[in-house]
Amino acid sequence: MTLTYREALNQALREEMRRDEKVFLIGEDVAYYQGAFKVSKGFLEEFGPRRVVDTPITELGFTGLAIGAAMIGLRPVVEMMTFNFAILAMDQIVNNAAKIRYMSGGQISVPIVIRGPGSAAHQLGAQHSQSLEAWFCHVPGLMVVAPSSPRDAKGLLKTAIRESNPVIFIEAQLLYPTKGEVDEGEYLLPLGVADIKRAGTDVTLIAYSKMLSVALQAAEVLAKDGIQAEVVDPRTLRPLDLNTLAASVKKTGKAVIIEDGWPFAGLGAQIAESLYTTIFDYLDGPIVRVTARDVPMPYARNLEDAVIPDVKRVVAVVRTVLYKK
Amino acid sequence: MVYNKIVDRASPLNLFRQMLLIRRFEERSAEMYALGKIGGFCHLYIGEEAVAVGAMDALRPDDYVFSSYRDHGHCLARGSDPKAVMAELFGRSTGLCKGKGGSMHLIDVERRFMGGYAIVGGHLPLAAGAAFAINYRNGDQVVLCFFGEGAVPTGACHETLNLAAMWALPVLFLCENNRYGMGTPVERSVALYADVSKNAAAYGIEAGFVDGMDVLAVRDAVGKAVDQIRTSKRPYFLEASTYRFLGHSMADPSHGHYRTKSEVDEAKKRDPLLLLKTKLLDERGAAEADFKTLEQEVKKIVDEAVDFAETSPVPAVETLAEDVYSGEQGGSLGTDGPSRRPMGGPGAMDAQGGRVPGEEGGSRPAQGGRVQ
Repeated sequence: MTLTYREALNQALREEMRRDEKVFLIGEDVAYYQGAFKVSKGFLEEFGPRRVVDTPITELGFTGLAIGAAMIGLRPVVEMMTFNFAILAMDQIVNNAAKIRYMSGGQISVPIVIRGPGSAAHQLGAQHSQSLEAWFCHVPGLMVVAPSSPRDAKGLLKTAIRESNPVIFIEAQLLYPTKGEVDEGEYLLPLGVADIKRAGTDVTLIAYSKMLSVALQAAEVLAKDGIQAEVVDPRTLRPLDLNTLAASVKKTGKAVIIEDGWPFAGLGAQIAESLYTTIFDYLDGPIVRVTARDVPMPYARNLEDAVIPDVKRVVAVVRTVLYKK
Repeated sequence: MVYNKIVDRASPLNLFRQMLLIRRFEERSAEMYALGKIGGFCHLYIGEEAVAVGAMDALRPDDYVFSSYRDHGHCLARGSDPKAVMAELFGRSTGLCKGKGGSMHLIDVERRFMGGYAIVGGHLPLAAGAAFAINYRNGDQVVLCFFGEGAVPTGACHETLNLAAMWALPVLFLCENNRYGMGTPVERSVALYADVSKNAAAYGIEAGFVDGMDVLAVRDAVGKAVDQIRTSKRPYFLEASTYRFLGHSMADPSHGHYRTKSEVDEAKKRDPLLLLKTKLLDERGAAEADFKTLEQEVKKIVDEAVDFAETSPVPAVETLAEDVYSGEQGGSLGTDGPSRRPMGGPGAMDAQGGRVPGEEGGSRPAQGGRVQ
């Protein structure tokens, strides 16, 4: 069946809440407003205010509260209206959610999902347009997921909710209305497993979340020139499925990593390092990253367009990597 | 009083014994720290024993407790094995947290001692979350959350008080006002310093005050508060005035530049052990010999705890990466092909799941759906 990314998330959450009484949704405007992006449409009606909990604007408070509830066995799904606001909850996420299991010597698990949109949409300005996945990926104890399609979004969210570790589940505002095929019936997709979205032989493009469509479009453009790009979506950013990424790059000998986060100490730098240290001998040239420009996001549309990687930039970089003019 | 029907109260002499255990345990911790057996930051509870002992005695075993980094006393008062606590301070594999928590992160889930947390104010939302889960399950447990007056100005405290009041969460916010956040006195950190509990009143939370040097008064006040919370399902804020006789941590001398020796000496006149002992001798017919016996008993326990810690092995380096992630992932990692053990991730997951002290004895859902 064809679903939007938004509907796929809605289905995943709904199925898990029906299946497990311990799962509840908490966040700003998730109940009566039905979510800032309507991911929880119809939830209040079906599950009631006990399990669909509107909060005041207190990311630290309600994220910490949800972590506390997870510590004694509930399975909270926290909606961040956007991940920019998760910065207010970083102490709770980094110092509590990620560490309690370790500090307790394994006595306490924190089965929580913290989800919501990351990355830029259109002209939302510097404070609402950030891709912060590298921050979360840096922290042992967290798992980080960033699905690119409705099918992945549904299968991965369901799995994340059943996970016994804290999962940061990063969606994208611009992906919510996008459509895709989703399996009939119930299905789960494993965390920590990448997916080859397009097979190819000449170069590996690694991209996730909304940058995946940029990579796929770039691959189409390149195909017209006879360049066959393989496009791999890690889907889970931590733990990273390095085996699948490495197998692809081993085959093509070249890799381009596309992300809409900042370049300095970005996630692509980590992926490149992981590839260099495992399959250096198979590389035919340097791994190149296409990232956001190293500036806070400007408001003006033309400037914003210049910040975020687009098909043109990706194609140009791939051609350079392949020594083609 | 209602709570007497629910829980067996300790005798005053037993309360004294518990406070004495904490006192002697902490004195020995200081010695062990000086000898380099205990590392890192070490915040001793000497002077504040009456708050932990009085409060814990008013709880049920199935209530939950959250604490800050000055947590040795809370943990011992909750009944944790002094051997396991000392071993944790020593960083040994037999410690409460297998040597991975340390002085500031003592956790004993079996006793629902949910931990010491060392970012000031950061554990208040956790306590509220445990209370949220109690309500979610229609339970009648109460969450006792200890914190110092230094946590009161934090955003975490105010966000939590607001949520707890709005959502009627069964939390006892127990503010141990020992007058100093490290070296900064309450007058320079809390606007409403003369009555810290007014911070809770601002959110419509009922509040009270107790002499934190009087263990019987603390037990009484906490007992009443806990009873009220259990029936009303509303939070309560109790300020216990207390005083730490030693420095903020082992790095801080007993008075330093921020308080005078005479101030400390004056406070010691109201030593909680001295107050109770005097009362027992004067009013309850106790004899000096009773206290001698207690001293001997307690000394033996502390000696044994130190011996146990000394002779316990350090954690095997092989355990380093265990407990970062739970191994019981509901099958969420890939199950076949080369991706089974993704590199750069939790490759060394342990097989042991966390003990979740939930009412259902665990948090693992039955598997449903198919894993692709």
